[in-house]
Amino acid sequence: MNYIFQFNVVWDHLPELLQGALLTIQLSATAMVLGLCVAVVCAYGKSAGPRPVRWLVAAYIELIRNTPFLVQIFIFYFSLPVIGIRLTANTAALVAMTVNLGAYASEIVRAGIEAIPHGQVEAARALGLKRLHIFRFIIIFPALKTVYPALASQFILLMLSSSVVSTISAVELTAITNSLASTTFRSFEFYFVATGLYLAMALGFRAGLSAIYWAVFQHGRAA
Amino acid sequence: MGRSFGTAEFLFLLRAIPSTLLLSIGALAGGGIVGLLIAILRITPSRPLRWLATGYIGLFQGTPVLMQLFVTYYGLAVLFKIQVDAWPAVLLAFSLYSGAFLGEIWRGSIEAIPRAQWEAAECLSLSFPKQLWYVILPQAGRISIPPTVGFAVQLIKNTSIAAIIGFVELTRAGQLMTNATFEPMIVYPIVAALYFILCWLLSLLAQTLERRIDAALGIKQNF
Repeated sequence: MNYIFQFNVVWDHLPELLQGALLTIQLSATAMVLGLCVAVVCAYGKSAGPRPVRWLVAAYIELIRNTPFLVQIFIFYFSLPVIGIRLTANTAALVAMTVNLGAYASEIVRAGIEAIPHGQVEAARALGLKRLHIFRFIIIFPALKTVYPALASQFILLMLSSSVVSTISAVELTAITNSLASTTFRSFEFYFVATGLYLAMALGFRAGLSAIYWAVFQHGRAA
Repeated sequence: MGRSFGTAEFLFLLRAIPSTLLLSIGALAGGGIVGLLIAILRITPSRPLRWLATGYIGLFQGTPVLMQLFVTYYGLAVLFKIQVDAWPAVLLAFSLYSGAFLGEIWRGSIEAIPRAQWEAAECLSLSFPKQLWYVILPQAGRISIPPTVGFAVQLIKNTSIAAIIGFVELTRAGQLMTNATFEPMIVYPIVAALYFILCWLLSLLAQTLERRIDAALGIKQNF
């Protein structure tokens, strides 16, 4: 093997890589917040909504969970313009990520809702709380707390799968790496370093999500 | 005017399904070997070996599959100084990736076996490999079937990512047909539907297996 590794080329282009990483972080973080909102609404719809709503939510979840993310991105970016909905690459990426996460996370959130002891709901009903109020004040907070670890894993999986949005020219870390690799002919070095950056971001997100857990669920609350 | 989407184009998509399935099965087989090794390393008495396995899992679960694919693809090219064929690179990358996930799933299954089983095996003066082989793995294997099938569904969807490096499977076939017919609103939904059918059938299989195993083990279903 007489291939000479040249990581100094990568070093020269590090600012661009970090720029890409920043977009990856922005896209992922936004999709996490929006996706969680979608998930909570869907979980409510599926566990307490009228029957047609339940079917609709179930169809959405099954449809998304049984098709590849890459194909979903293609549909949002390439297929929707045919019916007149034209999204920019970044918007399409964000929408696809949100829709994808929403489906996976709503199943997780629903599991949390189902884990709430029934007595709590009955007690709330006995106090005369309305359905939405029971959900808002009694159910959702402990439900999210119970499933938080699973949600955090799903969030990180989403961040990792965001690399796939490079295919529709959203210039996040993978897309930048692709273009640098093909202009410098140092493919292996660039992909190696980009992989390291993703690993660092995964660890960073994990730490950040733990901090959020502590701040939201533990702070000032003795179990 | 270009081609329009007709029977020939649909058959082209159908003919790509075997590639997707073959890649999934190959990766599952390769990943099974790696995964078993990782699962066993994770529970060996030796601490450095456990760290090694934990590091492996952290690395492959903390980086995007797409990046693993690029690094393997260009890494093999660097090692052998030639442009490698897509098949070995894709198969290797997906096997290593599946190995990390299957390893974690199977470790969970092994750890779900009551401690007393290990102790009983030790009382019979079986060595560690024999304890595993004759006592623990047969029981753990049964528990692990449903989550393993669940992972297989994930894997089928993730093989779509191989399309990005030009490997012709279902998604890539969809891209090719879109480029030929300019009808993304027809092609991609059909691709999605084909994946849906594949994954949904496998999910149903997983549910049936789960129910059957629960019945065989005498576990009551508490919805």
